[in-house]
Amino acid sequence: MTEVFRVIRPGLLTTIQDIGRPQAVASGVPPGGAMDRFAHTAANLIVGNDRGAATLECTLSGPHLVAEGPRLVAIAGADFQPLVNGAAAPMWTGFFLSAGDQLTFGGRRAGARAYIAVAGGIVADRWLGSMSTNLMCARGGMNGRALLAGDVVSAGEPSGPLVAGRSLADGLQPRYADRILHAIPGPHFTRLHVESREALLGSTFTVSHDSNRMGYRLEGPPLEAPGDELLSFGLVAGVVQVPAGGQPILLMADHQTAGGYPMVLTVASASIPVAAQLAPGDEVRFAETPIDEALRMRAAQRDVLDLLIS
Amino acid sequence: MPPQRSTLRVRVHPLGDTAVLAELGTKLDTALNTRAIALAAALKKRRDVRQAVAGHASVTVHFDPDQITHQALAAAINRLATKRPPLDEPGRLHRIPVVYDGPDLYAVALQLGLSTHQVIELHGRPIYRVFLVGFVPGWAYLGPLPDELALPRRPVPRTQVPAGSVAIAGHQTGIYPLVSPGGWHLIGRTSVKLFLPDSDPPSLFRAGDRVKFFSVGE
Repeated sequence: MTEVFRVIRPGLLTTIQDIGRPQAVASGVPPGGAMDRFAHTAANLIVGNDRGAATLECTLSGPHLVAEGPRLVAIAGADFQPLVNGAAAPMWTGFFLSAGDQLTFGGRRAGARAYIAVAGGIVADRWLGSMSTNLMCARGGMNGRALLAGDVVSAGEPSGPLVAGRSLADGLQPRYADRILHAIPGPHFTRLHVESREALLGSTFTVSHDSNRMGYRLEGPPLEAPGDELLSFGLVAGVVQVPAGGQPILLMADHQTAGGYPMVLTVASASIPVAAQLAPGDEVRFAETPIDEALRMRAAQRDVLDLLIS
Repeated sequence: MPPQRSTLRVRVHPLGDTAVLAELGTKLDTALNTRAIALAAALKKRRDVRQAVAGHASVTVHFDPDQITHQALAAAINRLATKRPPLDEPGRLHRIPVVYDGPDLYAVALQLGLSTHQVIELHGRPIYRVFLVGFVPGWAYLGPLPDELALPRRPVPRTQVPAGSVAIAGHQTGIYPLVSPGGWHLIGRTSVKLFLPDSDPPSLFRAGDRVKFFSVGE
């Protein structure tokens, strides 16, 4: 384990994330992990890591980091205009940092979450099988909290040969301007009044400022899903729930593990990375999608990531 | 003993392209919950299932769509639900000391037409089932609560419920493991820690366990 970055400024919310702890939901602990698994995985594969290695997830703004030694890194996901010693650095491409190099970000241009991967993978506190930071439980990652100025981030030893320049072709990079979430009607879709079904699938919703890694509150036409109170069931990321007030909630990586609000939609697995790149204030629409189509999108996304393996 | 046969039909709803909700019923019922826990345990052993979590009367199943289709999984769930005998052995028994001095105890008694002493006595009488652990880390839905104690949730939830609060709502009871918002009626408190972040698993209670409350002084 080697020190790779010293944190000068942490950015708005920068946490260490891997692919989470799915087994912990049986204890009520959110599964967690990187919100945008596509960008997280791409960044890891570009630097030669396993898909599940830990990265830095930077929310809405980037940190100011100083490289503690030479290291192959990659930045994927949201475009916060990465800079090395003040000069533009590439995204979705592996490049080397030397000791003393300053990694900063010029400002948000597209998307909400950028991922910084380093060859060897970030190494931090492991809790219940994952290094993902869980802020509510204050466990995992950097002492269970977001990065702070003065922190030192460490990484493991890279396993394979280090190759700079491995890159995801421009045409294969996600376009975060398309704010359409493909979704499949949920078990309680038919509880919605007909007008509410049309509103859910035909309206534009705004991601509320009361949104975080647990979930997004969506502002738009209120939905009515009357009926008896439901028993509680296990929840999954991507579920759109309608609580009593009628403002839908889209569950994300740190979602509560069980609940009893009607589940009216589930966002397709291939659209979760798109959802992860929504910022408060962004507009979003749902497009009803057959399961077969969702599975084709999922396979296409996986094929793109496989191009990064060598 | 031959496997128990049942005509129970499980409704399997898609939850996106990589999960399903298998619904065994819509009633709060210990027998249904036993079946849900057994079904989740059986499903977890399948190579095409990544995770299966029992709800009150359902199982949420994460699966690998490269290995099995929704339809084939639904058929497999129905086969397992009819074949699998319910758990024979009772879950672990936890005895939980409670100081019955919750801020809602008096109002609850008044609403139910009981004395506070009767509320305490009724709450401590049954051995409750842990239906499921979830919502927040360490929270467990326990029940069924005696009919005499059934009340709707508070109309306005509290924004902050202290950790360790013992609460009731509907036909269920529970203990708030962490400071959190909550709409249940607070009738007491316990010093027992429900969420054990440095243990694995980090929850004192597991689905299928049994819980008995007893009244203590300070």
